[in-house]
Amino acid sequence: MIDSILIPALVIGGTALLSVPLGSWLARAMDPAPADAAMARATGLFTAIAGPAARPGQDWKAYALALLAFNALAFLFVFALLMLQQHLPLNPDAKGPLTWDLAFNTAASFVTNTNLQHYSGEQAMSYLSQIAALMWLQFVTPAVGLAVLVALARGLAGRPDLGNFWLDLQRATFLVMLPLAILWAVALVLLGVPMTLQGAATATTLEGAEQLIARGPVAAFVAIKQLGTNGGGWFGPNSTHPLENPGMWTNLLQTVAIILVPMACVWMFGRILGRPKHARLIFVVMLGLLVTKLGLAMWAEAAPTAAFTGLPITTEANLEGKEMRLGGAASVTWAVLTTSTSNGSVNAMMDSLNPLTGLVPMVDMWLNATFGGIGVGLVNMWLYILVAVFLGGMLIGRTPTYIGHRIEAREVRLAILALALHGVLILGGTALFAASDWGAATTSNPGPHGFSQILYEFTSSSANNGSGFEGLGDNTVPWNVATGLVMLLGRYLPILIPLAIVGLLTAKPRAAETEGTLSPDGATFGGLLTVTLLIFGALTFLPAAVLGPVAEQLAQP
Amino acid sequence: MSIAASFRTITATLLVCSGLYTGLVLAVGQALVPDIADGQLVERDGKVVGSRQVAQKFEAPHYLWPRPSAADYNGAAASGSNKSATNPELTERARAEIARHGATPARPLPAELATTSGAGLDPHLSLPAALYQAPRIAAARGVAVADVEKVMAGQTTMLPLASGTRLVNVLETNLALDAAFPLKKPGG
Repeated sequence: MIDSILIPALVIGGTALLSVPLGSWLARAMDPAPADAAMARATGLFTAIAGPAARPGQDWKAYALALLAFNALAFLFVFALLMLQQHLPLNPDAKGPLTWDLAFNTAASFVTNTNLQHYSGEQAMSYLSQIAALMWLQFVTPAVGLAVLVALARGLAGRPDLGNFWLDLQRATFLVMLPLAILWAVALVLLGVPMTLQGAATATTLEGAEQLIARGPVAAFVAIKQLGTNGGGWFGPNSTHPLENPGMWTNLLQTVAIILVPMACVWMFGRILGRPKHARLIFVVMLGLLVTKLGLAMWAEAAPTAAFTGLPITTEANLEGKEMRLGGAASVTWAVLTTSTSNGSVNAMMDSLNPLTGLVPMVDMWLNATFGGIGVGLVNMWLYILVAVFLGGMLIGRTPTYIGHRIEAREVRLAILALALHGVLILGGTALFAASDWGAATTSNPGPHGFSQILYEFTSSSANNGSGFEGLGDNTVPWNVATGLVMLLGRYLPILIPLAIVGLLTAKPRAAETEGTLSPDGATFGGLLTVTLLIFGALTFLPAAVLGPVAEQLAQP
Repeated sequence: MSIAASFRTITATLLVCSGLYTGLVLAVGQALVPDIADGQLVERDGKVVGSRQVAQKFEAPHYLWPRPSAADYNGAAASGSNKSATNPELTERARAEIARHGATPARPLPAELATTSGAGLDPHLSLPAALYQAPRIAAARGVAVADVEKVMAGQTTMLPLASGTRLVNVLETNLALDAAFPLKKPGG
């Protein structure tokens, strides 16, 4: 089982190394120094594109308002394009119209960087919908997340304003996501991923049957899908599909792309704050949790499928929903990384993982801060940091301060509100759907796993992840509307609340850092932060975990 | 002012990210690797018989059978089974595959032949799962088992980074079998 160590070590170790120089680039591109002539030219160009709104420095309210305006118009544009796709060009396979509720769910899903898919790409979407609606949002929504993190960091660093949303959005799109996507897309097409505007190919099989083979401009789509913590696949079964992910090398590239920018965000944060040690501590805490979860998943998934007990079948690791050209280790690595970040793409079917393995992605999304979505994952972690700082202050009996900001009850109340919202959306939604035919009539697996399917769907929606226990029959009006709303609330409140907290903090005079202050760079704080994360996650979701995956594990023969 | 800025940034990002970017990758792919860019289609006698990367249905005894498919090998509607480990339907399907392949406790079925892949289009089998089917194929074609095994071995590629897993491509292996042992009734 050398591959179960080699593959994750290569992916995580290699990406961690790559993330350091990329973090420097992110800091330079997103928050350029006044003396940086090349970046000044870029800023000039972006100002010309966006117009006069790009000039002034914005406080948190102006920044948030610009962000909401952009997202609202992006949503409307994509909703309209999806509703009209049957009348528009670039539709070689003559795809028909979408229902209003599916178009609503899909627009909400992609505008929130979730990419939950209640449709199957190659069956439902025209090439125009895929490229101009869905792929476009896969570029600009990670850029929105990155902009939020940069704004937050500027506020904490004591700048006079949070910057300008219109500039940050374009910097993140054109200077970060676009160059990476070009590199990845070219590599993917060279390694086997299709890139054509022709419609499906028709083949006559060796046994004489007709086979339609869906294809399209897949390489361009998949590159940004993986890099932007998006996860919405070109094909229905995502990167399990042999044309979306043809082999081990494309798989390796796509796995690295899942965590590359989320990791680099941490280093960028440290650079903008001028606190590299603080960034290192955050990185270590995130990495420690990530590796622990990956170890648990590897162990749980090495067991053969319980359904084959007593049958004349070789006892290998569970192969249901997995691809021979990728193997078990690469699938488990992907499953953990894609849910630790808010990516949500898959290269093996989550529904068919062993019960305890299936619990790990849920834990990933409940915490939603072990690297997490681009920008927003670290913002989530920052809320946990505030709570930990406050607890630490209580424990040592000092006024809690965080890098020169006094943390008081008002800020912590807001932080806890943002964190608790996650639990309310997931558990509230699951309770409502598990108790009614809205959910109970749509599960495809019996017993506790049916409950897990509902729990997973709300978890994935609120965490803006997008993966699923896909057996769930979720293209119904109740599912489309409910998860659409959960995705919107789960995206924008955890963006607006932290910006408001920064507004409160920066309105107060800075506090002096003394010897007695709990340093946010040290091992003590790292331990406190980890415990805070685990207690929050465990206390909130433990009962649901017991009803779902744990009960299923115990029910196995 | 935010509305105007939204329109302007939406237009610019759409032009660059959906337009120029897609065009660039399309041009590079079609210029350098047109075969890959079009989906790795395979031709025999000038006719497209499938894609190297997409499993197709094989049921005749003289062909190598791929893994079972939850999508019935529909290349335009891929799907996994999404069945959980505790789902009795998984056991039922496994029993059907055991019967189809004639597996016995002395000759257990390789697990991949009892399980569906994520997309239902897995184009590969491990070499052991291919060799497992060699006796049936040899009998149907009226040739020695060792000769069929030799064709399969010739189709083997190593899976990178995966401690010695050997794979064969089912469609290419079947093309090689047809070439090595021509049938009187092609496609029979």
